[in-house]
Amino acid sequence: MIEIRDLKKRFGSLEVLRGVNLKIDDGEVVSIVGPSGSGKSTLLRCINLLETPTSGQVVIDGQDITQRGVDIQKVRENVGMVFQHFNLFQNKNVLQNMVYAPMKVRGLPEAQAVEKAMRLLDRVGLADKARAYPSMLSGGQQQRVAIARALAMEPRTLLFDEPTSALDPEMVKEVLDVIRGLVSTGITMAIVTHEMGFAREASDRVCFVDGGVIAEDAAPSEFFSSPKSARARQFLEKVL
Amino acid sequence: MAGALRAAGRKKMKKLLFGRKKAPLLALAAVLALAGLAWGAPAPARRFALHFERIWPYYKVFCRGMINSLEVTFMSVIMGSICGTALALLKVSRLGPLSWFATAYTSVFRGTPLMVQLFLVYFATPQLFDYQIPAFNAVVLTFGLNSAAYVSEILRGGIQSIDVGQREAAMALGVPYRAMMFDIVIPQALRTVLPSLVNELIALLKDTSIVATIGMLDMMRAAQTAMNSTYLAFEPFIVVAGMYYVLVMIFTAVASRLERRLHKSDRN
Repeated sequence: MIEIRDLKKRFGSLEVLRGVNLKIDDGEVVSIVGPSGSGKSTLLRCINLLETPTSGQVVIDGQDITQRGVDIQKVRENVGMVFQHFNLFQNKNVLQNMVYAPMKVRGLPEAQAVEKAMRLLDRVGLADKARAYPSMLSGGQQQRVAIARALAMEPRTLLFDEPTSALDPEMVKEVLDVIRGLVSTGITMAIVTHEMGFAREASDRVCFVDGGVIAEDAAPSEFFSSPKSARARQFLEKVL
Repeated sequence: MAGALRAAGRKKMKKLLFGRKKAPLLALAAVLALAGLAWGAPAPARRFALHFERIWPYYKVFCRGMINSLEVTFMSVIMGSICGTALALLKVSRLGPLSWFATAYTSVFRGTPLMVQLFLVYFATPQLFDYQIPAFNAVVLTFGLNSAAYVSEILRGGIQSIDVGQREAAMALGVPYRAMMFDIVIPQALRTVLPSLVNELIALLKDTSIVATIGMLDMMRAAQTAMNSTYLAFEPFIVVAGMYYVLVMIFTAVASRLERRLHKSDRN
């Protein structure tokens, strides 16, 4: 379970998050939507401390990870992340990308890591690309590998930071299909996205972030059919 | 009419030869005489002949010098790479005082001439510590420390040129900082800065020619030795220039092969 309490983040004089409170239960899939610059990505990046919050708490499975002395690498082993720009290791091929962290961090023997990697690659439909380098893959393929790479660590939570925003339109679906396939697996997921259709059908909850706070937190059916706040209505009018 | 003209011409000639305006003619004569002397004298002729055969007996000295030059370069490169990598890591780290140290270090070693540094190490050390540092050690120490400053700047640039997403991806997977640096960031940085590193290696090899000034037998010193015994200057120095050039060409060829191979792993 992830619990975020009164989270604030400022970059210099710019206050990006102004006190976010959010609870994500185990196995829940939460879409985080909102206008550009509202702080969605920053919020997500605070969950695995890629951004250090200015104040507030992030509690993962009972542990406040913003406390001093927390081994953040240990925490990150269980919180996977998928980036907007995929961020596959350019100097490693697909298979090496997949087995690197499990072997280095989890200490998995190579044979086992490779076997698991191949299984996951098969699941995202890219087993034949195991020896390819990232620069040879399309954006959609790279993002599928990136998701598989995150899954190889068997995380309890997966964070998606606009996973389809950098993709050509025709590749969005293949990536969303992969993410959809994860919904029922019990992994807790937080997805920052602009894909409203996806948020509506795939998530358990939608959080609408605006002006550095969560302005609305509701079930998708409720949020998309009858948003409570005026700002959410305005936002939906623009994107739907 | 024509006869009159001819008579006038003859008169003019007479005036030129025996008249008061003799200066131009004398000057001409002087030049001709000097040219004749120069032409006839054997010494200048010898100056244009090259006698590489008189350098040949010193081939062992040249070989010894080349081995020493390469040895110094090799050891300095190793030391420079290790120290340079460490300094680069300090520079990109957020360890305030250490990164400040690395910056100051680079500033000092880039801001003073290599030869001054060499003299400080070789001649000043005995004065301070009552220890006569062997020339070879002094040279490797100086060149290694100096090269470290340049290598660290090259590597720092390379590391910082790597997309921050690469680091974030590693961090998000729980990869420790050191592994992230050595497995992900530095290999990519090396590929981008390889040409600059080769430049540094070439500069280092050529700069080793100053070790002759502290009496070490390198290629340069070998040429000087040959010059001092044969009184020939052109031959030994053209030979040593050629040797440096060939070595640099070999380094370049090896480097471009390496580059091609690294590039291949990028595309294939």
